[in-house]
Amino acid sequence: MAEILRLDGITKRFGPVLANDGIGFALAEGEVLALLGENGAGKTTLMNILFGHYVADEGSVHVAGRELPPGQPGAALAAGIGMVHQHFTLAENLTVLDNVALGTRPLFSLSSGRRAARARLRQLSQDFGLAVDPSARVADLSVGERQRVEILKALYRDARVLILDEPTAVLTPQEVEALFATIRKAVAKGLAVVFISHKLGEVMAVADRVVILRRGAKVAEMRTAETDRHRLAEAMVGAEIVPPEVPAVTPGEVLFRLGGVSVAGSPGLDDVSLSLRAGTITGIAGVSGNGQRALADLLSGLAVPETGTAELKGAALAAWSPRQAVAQGIARIPEDRHATGTIADFDLTENAMLEDYARPPMSRKGWLDWGRARKRAEAIIEGYDVRCPGPSVPIRLLSGGNMQKLILGRVLEAGPSIILANQPTRGLDIGAVTYVHRQLLAARERGAAVLLISEDLDELRALSDVIHAIHDGKLSPAFARGQVTVKELGLWMAGQGGRDAA
Amino acid sequence: MRLEPVEAPTLARRIGYPAAALAATVLVAAALAGIAGGNPLAVLGQIVDGAVGTKFARLETLNRATPLIFTGLAVAVAFRAKLWNIGAEAQLYLGAVATVLIGTQSGLPGPLVIPAMAAGAVVAGALMLLGPTLLKTKLGVDEVVTTLLLNFVVLLFVGYLLEGPMKDPMGMGWPKSPSLPKEARLPRIVEGLRLHWGFGIALICALGVWLVQAKTTLGFEMRAVGLNARAARFAGMPVNAVLAKTALISGGLAALAGFSEVAGLKGNLTADISPGFGYTGIVVAMLALLNPLGVVVSALFVAGIFVGADSMSRSAGVPSYIADILLASALLFMVLALMLSRFRVVRG
Amino acid sequence: MDITDILLSATFWAAVLRIASPLIFATMGELICERAGVLNLGIEGIMVAGAFAGWIAVYAGLPLWAGVGCAFLTGVCFGLIHGTLTVPFGLSQHVVGIGITMLASAATYFAYRVALPEVSSPPRIEAFQPTGWPILGSQTVLTWAALASVAITAWVLFRTPLGLALRAVGENPAAVEAQGLPVHGLRMGAVAVGSGLMAVGGSFLTLSAFNSFFFDMVNGRGWICIALVVFGAWMPGRALLGALLFAGFDAFQVRLQQTELGAGLPYQLFLAMPYLLSILALILMSRRAEVPGALMVPYNKGER
Repeated sequence: MAEILRLDGITKRFGPVLANDGIGFALAEGEVLALLGENGAGKTTLMNILFGHYVADEGSVHVAGRELPPGQPGAALAAGIGMVHQHFTLAENLTVLDNVALGTRPLFSLSSGRRAARARLRQLSQDFGLAVDPSARVADLSVGERQRVEILKALYRDARVLILDEPTAVLTPQEVEALFATIRKAVAKGLAVVFISHKLGEVMAVADRVVILRRGAKVAEMRTAETDRHRLAEAMVGAEIVPPEVPAVTPGEVLFRLGGVSVAGSPGLDDVSLSLRAGTITGIAGVSGNGQRALADLLSGLAVPETGTAELKGAALAAWSPRQAVAQGIARIPEDRHATGTIADFDLTENAMLEDYARPPMSRKGWLDWGRARKRAEAIIEGYDVRCPGPSVPIRLLSGGNMQKLILGRVLEAGPSIILANQPTRGLDIGAVTYVHRQLLAARERGAAVLLISEDLDELRALSDVIHAIHDGKLSPAFARGQVTVKELGLWMAGQGGRDAA
Repeated sequence: MRLEPVEAPTLARRIGYPAAALAATVLVAAALAGIAGGNPLAVLGQIVDGAVGTKFARLETLNRATPLIFTGLAVAVAFRAKLWNIGAEAQLYLGAVATVLIGTQSGLPGPLVIPAMAAGAVVAGALMLLGPTLLKTKLGVDEVVTTLLLNFVVLLFVGYLLEGPMKDPMGMGWPKSPSLPKEARLPRIVEGLRLHWGFGIALICALGVWLVQAKTTLGFEMRAVGLNARAARFAGMPVNAVLAKTALISGGLAALAGFSEVAGLKGNLTADISPGFGYTGIVVAMLALLNPLGVVVSALFVAGIFVGADSMSRSAGVPSYIADILLASALLFMVLALMLSRFRVVRG
Repeated sequence: MDITDILLSATFWAAVLRIASPLIFATMGELICERAGVLNLGIEGIMVAGAFAGWIAVYAGLPLWAGVGCAFLTGVCFGLIHGTLTVPFGLSQHVVGIGITMLASAATYFAYRVALPEVSSPPRIEAFQPTGWPILGSQTVLTWAALASVAITAWVLFRTPLGLALRAVGENPAAVEAQGLPVHGLRMGAVAVGSGLMAVGGSFLTLSAFNSFFFDMVNGRGWICIALVVFGAWMPGRALLGALLFAGFDAFQVRLQQTELGAGLPYQLFLAMPYLLSILALILMSRRAEVPGALMVPYNKGER
């Protein structure tokens, strides 16, 4: 088939960081190419260059034989590049139709051409099996529906190359299957697809060819038919991926218990009952936006149950606040380490003392003891292997992994009895992921109760002693380790669990 | 274009851009002088000379700097916590009203009356800012607009007081308050020099604010809330209470400007006691990078420009509004320079 | 004269429209800026500059419409300064806005003194006259223009591709960038045009409501317009309603002062009413209005 896309020698630096180092590959019509690499390998940067968000320092992009002018998303769109970002780029208070039509007509034309746009959108929905209501407000759509809107945006502009950046991270296993079906339909119509992922199984399932990136450089290229998961894994991380060892631990008493708890919100929580036991990791599987935030807020002290009971170590929750939660021995690893976990312009010393600055020994009668604060930060840097120039650099200069290690040090130093780990490995490279997993397992061994909220089913299934799925604020029954298949879990995540049996 | 953070800004970068901002401001001044038909170099010289050229000029600059240190500190404290207090003008006037009321009505014995006036002013100004702050924390009403609008309301209120209940019966019909008795006047720092203790109190306040910000848990909370309120709340900080405390401190500081002007300089209250000290405090605070000790320096600089421009205007005929333009441009150049010292502009 | 007399008199309604017109222009200007994601606190100073620019142009001998044009261009210039600092450079919209207000007012007063060094009272010009048309005959043509600006703003925002792009850029700039549209260009354009409208609002004061330029003649109207945008929930029609309501109160209080009831109260209370009403409007709308999602959030490529 004809070559539709070619990248040559793409190099991009961000300050001292070499994000892309002379990367090149080609793609033919009707082909699915997977771009495989762990977090931070440079996949997203490369695609942002292709799409014109970034300008490469060196190298060129050709679409159907013509060179793309750098740094112009408009030119990339016109040439037929369609991109579905990992973080959706939708205006939430506008309708689906508005989002799709945005920028497709000359800005200064006098009519919006809405009727024709609606008809075309309906046709595309049908052709590619992407059902979505054109007049719905994006804010009211589920994550899966939003992704369909993103794909429709690209198809509406007659995309010839469809780039999907980590498209499965936010989907249930069944939705992933539906997405793969859409990809196959697209390819059958002659489109070319770039599928960006760090998940080996998905790459093997959907791609014809794989390009593997590691630390910004292309390290291998192979046909999926001629390789297997192990070889892909080795090429991706430079070593065989070893799943964490989970020693047997006898569960202890219940340290935290929710009984029929509801919290208002969209979606909030709906009649949730949950027990966290000492020496146990309890996993919560679910597509983001299904009540995980409300659950995490509850445990971290930001919210209180509106109905139902919450017990901490056998006593009903009284006067509940983040400070109370910390004082009661709850370690909280927040979902977003940049926005909630740390203060970017504070240095490491200040970030390390964020939770206990108001108590001795960090302060007395309102006066801070900077000497002790600094010593403690140094101890965390040492004890948790935080790679940094020193305790007085702003934390924004640290990598995500080192930032997360500082947070781990901050919350684990005191030997907490309960740990909330909300998406603790999102966006981290494999080394940091392994480190976080080891810390959580070590806490479990010394008798802590861990609540692990994650979108990564592999991670959940490897670590959790007990798993619940969450959908629309409702919790599935508890499943012990190995009791449930990925497919069943997927049904529960979609709110259809237990129907077959009933 | 795109902005890319500079990992470790060099000293040259951190000083060079602000210096360039000041140079650009001087260029604007020269251009304006030329437009107004003056000789740019001579006009600049006359401004400098008018600000620091004589002993009288230097004392005048110190006197003019005094209220600006207070309002500058008020703004610096509030902005540090991202509480946008644009109402220092209103707080200043209420502080002045409280000062006059206590000074003329309380009948307290000599040594007590000045502390009572200061305390009354602080309470009045603090409560003035607490209202908009509670509207912000409880209802989400933007405090910029409410504090701005309240400036107009308070100025009308003061006008009403001066034409009504607080009018000086001996004032020959002028809208002004009765004068403070002698024991309610701030003494001069050095006998014979026209500089009152308001300046000394301002310096003490600057030091106090610095101590609070650098050494106390409240200062830590205020900085954290300003940089990232969400993370501060997650970490367990009482964000709304911190903002309320910030408001009390900021409003109180601004009110001390009114206290100092009435008790130290003027001796009574008129509706034109502040030629926009509250607004100029924003410029003072921003030029000082919100650093309380820097506020003293920048207040002296700003006061010098005003005093110098007044004097230059009398001799060279260039309108004294040149000072206001200079400060507004200095403010805009400085915020740009601060950003450029931390970020570099890159293509794509 | 009692309250019903006031409400039934034609001069009352004429006054409402006269008071509302500058607010309508400036509120539409602010609304356009905020819809695109930029809070423009330069509004107060830009109105001052517009009032002066329109007036001085006519004083210098240009026709009235050219005066309006000069005011618009002056607003555009200050808008471009504001936009450059807040859009590509992403500086604090609060600080820059206050700075622009200071700069525009100071530059206006400076220019006034340079242009007219000798005069003690500002000279008068021949301002716009009432049209005498069968409808709203007591209004000048600028009031008609103000009403038209609402219709045009609403039509552009909700019926054209440009308006869709503006609304989207104020909601999520990344969505606009991903569809190949220039985020910074759209925002700069909105701030420039919006500021132009604010300045035209200011020029209404010198070219239609009065026939001369005074210091402090804008007197907080800009801040009131910011409150009106919130009150109008970022919708042109509702903002117009807010401006009319507000002008109604204002016209009413002026007439109330002349009644027996009003004479017993201090006149400052009446003068303070507009500001107090604006604060009240903000409080009432605080929890209801849907704020543009990216208002006051600068956009920098490659940041999340």
